[in-house]
Amino acid sequence: MTKVLMKGNEAVGAAAIAAGCRYFFGYPITPQNEIPEYMSRELPKVGGVFVQAESELAAINMVYGASGSGARVMTSSSSPGIALKQEGISYCAGAELPCVIVDMMRGGPGLGSIQPAQSDYFISTRGGGNGDYRLLVLAPANVQELVDLVMEGFDLADEYRTPVIILGDGMIGQMMEPVEFKHESKSNLPEKAWATTGTKGQRPGNVINSLYLQAEKLEQHNIKLQAKFAKMQENEKRVETYNIEDADIVVTAYGTTARIAKTAITKLEKEGYKVGLIRPISLYPFPNEAYEKINPACKGVLTVEMSSGQMLDDVKLSLNGKMPTYFYGRTGGMVPGPDEIVDKVKEILGGGK
Amino acid sequence: MAIVFEKTRGLTDKETHYCPGCTHGVIHRLVAEAMEELGVLDNAIGVAPVGCSVLAYEYFNCDMHEAAHGRAPAVATGIKRVHPDNFVFTYQGDGDLASIGTAEIVHAAHRGERFSTVFVNNAIYGMTGGQMAPTTLVGQKATTAPYGRDEGTQGRPIRISEMLATIDGAAFVERVSVDSPANIRKAKKAIKECFKVQLEGKGFGIVEVLSTCPTNWGFTPVESLKWLKDNMIPYYPLGNFKKPEEVE
Repeated sequence: MTKVLMKGNEAVGAAAIAAGCRYFFGYPITPQNEIPEYMSRELPKVGGVFVQAESELAAINMVYGASGSGARVMTSSSSPGIALKQEGISYCAGAELPCVIVDMMRGGPGLGSIQPAQSDYFISTRGGGNGDYRLLVLAPANVQELVDLVMEGFDLADEYRTPVIILGDGMIGQMMEPVEFKHESKSNLPEKAWATTGTKGQRPGNVINSLYLQAEKLEQHNIKLQAKFAKMQENEKRVETYNIEDADIVVTAYGTTARIAKTAITKLEKEGYKVGLIRPISLYPFPNEAYEKINPACKGVLTVEMSSGQMLDDVKLSLNGKMPTYFYGRTGGMVPGPDEIVDKVKEILGGGK
Repeated sequence: MAIVFEKTRGLTDKETHYCPGCTHGVIHRLVAEAMEELGVLDNAIGVAPVGCSVLAYEYFNCDMHEAAHGRAPAVATGIKRVHPDNFVFTYQGDGDLASIGTAEIVHAAHRGERFSTVFVNNAIYGMTGGQMAPTTLVGQKATTAPYGRDEGTQGRPIRISEMLATIDGAAFVERVSVDSPANIRKAKKAIKECFKVQLEGKGFGIVEVLSTCPTNWGFTPVESLKWLKDNMIPYYPLGNFKKPEEVE
C-alpha cells in the first residue's frame, strides 16, 4: 500500500473508518476540529453516521448508546471537552462498553489555551470520572503510530470491553506526515451477545447498565473490573526503549515530547554523553518494567513533559526509589525545545561526561 | 374458562419498587401495552433514566439501557442511529428531563431524532426524597422549598410540552394525565399515537404524563389524584400540542 500524506487529525478519521468504525459523535473544539469535519465528510460515503452533538456530554452519551447497541464508535475532543466527557466515560467503563476516545490535548487548566500540552495524563490514566476504573491509554509519537494505535484501539476496546483513550496533543493532530493503513483487525474478537439489538423474541432483554444497588453485587462487579485491569497490566504494556542498559542518564517522555527528547539525545551523543530513552506508548498500563532494566550505575531518570509533572508520578513509582528522578516541563501550550532538554541533562550530570 | 384479561407481555414478572399509590406502575403498563399492541416489543430498545424509574430496565420486557441522569435522549440517539429499524424509547421523570437533561431533550427534538419519549411529570424529585423540581408548582412545599416554591426567587414551573412544541423537529407532543380511568384511556391512546409517529419515521415524539407522588406530596393515593386534578391540570393543560396531519 502506498503512503499518503495526511494531517494527524484527518489520519485519525481515516484510521477509524479503516478499522470499521461507522459512527462518530462529537462537538467542535480546537485543536481537533479536523476529526469531526473529516468524519462528517467521509462517514456518509461508507454508509456511516456522523452526529454533531449539542455538547461533549451528549456526544459521549451517544457513544454509550451506540456502543451498547453493538457498534464500533468513536468520539474525539480536546482537554476541556474531555473533562466534560468524564461522566459518560465512567458510565462506559462501568457498563463495559467498548469505544475509542481521542484527546488532542491543549493547555489548561480551565479554558487554558489551544496550543499543545500533556496535562490530561492524570485524568486519562487515573480513571477521570467517579469510581474505581482504568482505561487503556495509548500515546502516539508520530502520525503513523497515531493511525496504528487508533486502528488497534478498536480491537483492544472490543477485546477488553473498555473505552480506549488515544492521548495525542495539538502538535500531533496538526502535523502532516506520510502514513499507511496496514493494521489488520483481529478476527477472533468476542461476539457482542450483550448488545441491545431487540430481543426478536428469542432471548431475555439485554441491559446496558452500571447501577448495582446492592453493595455486594457492586463489589463483585468491581472485582471483575479489577481483574480486567490486571489482565491489561499483564498483556498490554507498550514501550520503546533506547540504550538504557548503558546510559549515564535516561530521559523518559511520551508522545510529541518523546520526539523532541530523541533530537536532544542525538545532540548529546555527538558530544559524547551516554543517554538512554524510555518512551511509554501505553500510559495505562504503564510500562514499569522498562525502568527496572536501566543500568544500575545510571545517575538518574529525567522525565520531560508538557505539564508540571504528571507522568513523573508513574516514573517514580516504577523506579521505587532506586535512583534519583529529575523533571523538566513546559506548560500552557509551550513546547520544550531540544536544547532545553540538552541543557537540563548537562545540569544534572554536572557538566561532566 | 376463557381468559378475558392477561398482564401485558411488555412487562416482566419483577415486582416493582414503586410506593403504594404511585402512578408509575400504571404508566409502565400503558407503555408496555402500547408496545405489545403495536407489535414492536421484540424490536424495542428502551432507555431508563435516573430517578424513581431508574430500575425501569428491570420492568420492561425488552432490551434496555440505563442512562446517566438526564442523558437518556443522547443515549437513545446513539441507539437509534445504529438501529434505525428498531423501536427506541426513553422513559424519564421531571428531574431527569426538565432539569438536568433539558439540553439533551431539546436537541433530540431539534434534530428530529426518530425515537419516542415518555415524560412522567409528578412535580417533585421522588427518588431522592421530595426535593423541588423545575415542575414543582408555586407554593408547593418540597424538602428544598420548605416554605413552598417562591415565584420571586425560584421562578415559575417549566412547561416542557409547550416549549418542545415550538421545535420543528418535534412531530408529536401531547400532555395527558393518569388521575382517572377516562384520562388513563386517553393517555394510552396518546402513547400509541406517539409511538406510531416513530414507526412512520415522522420525527421525534413525546407524551408528558401528569403523575402523582403520594409519598413526597404527603397525601394518600386518593388525595393525590385529587390534588393532581385540582392543581396540576389547571397549570399544565391536557391535550395535543402537535401531531403530523396524517396521524390525526
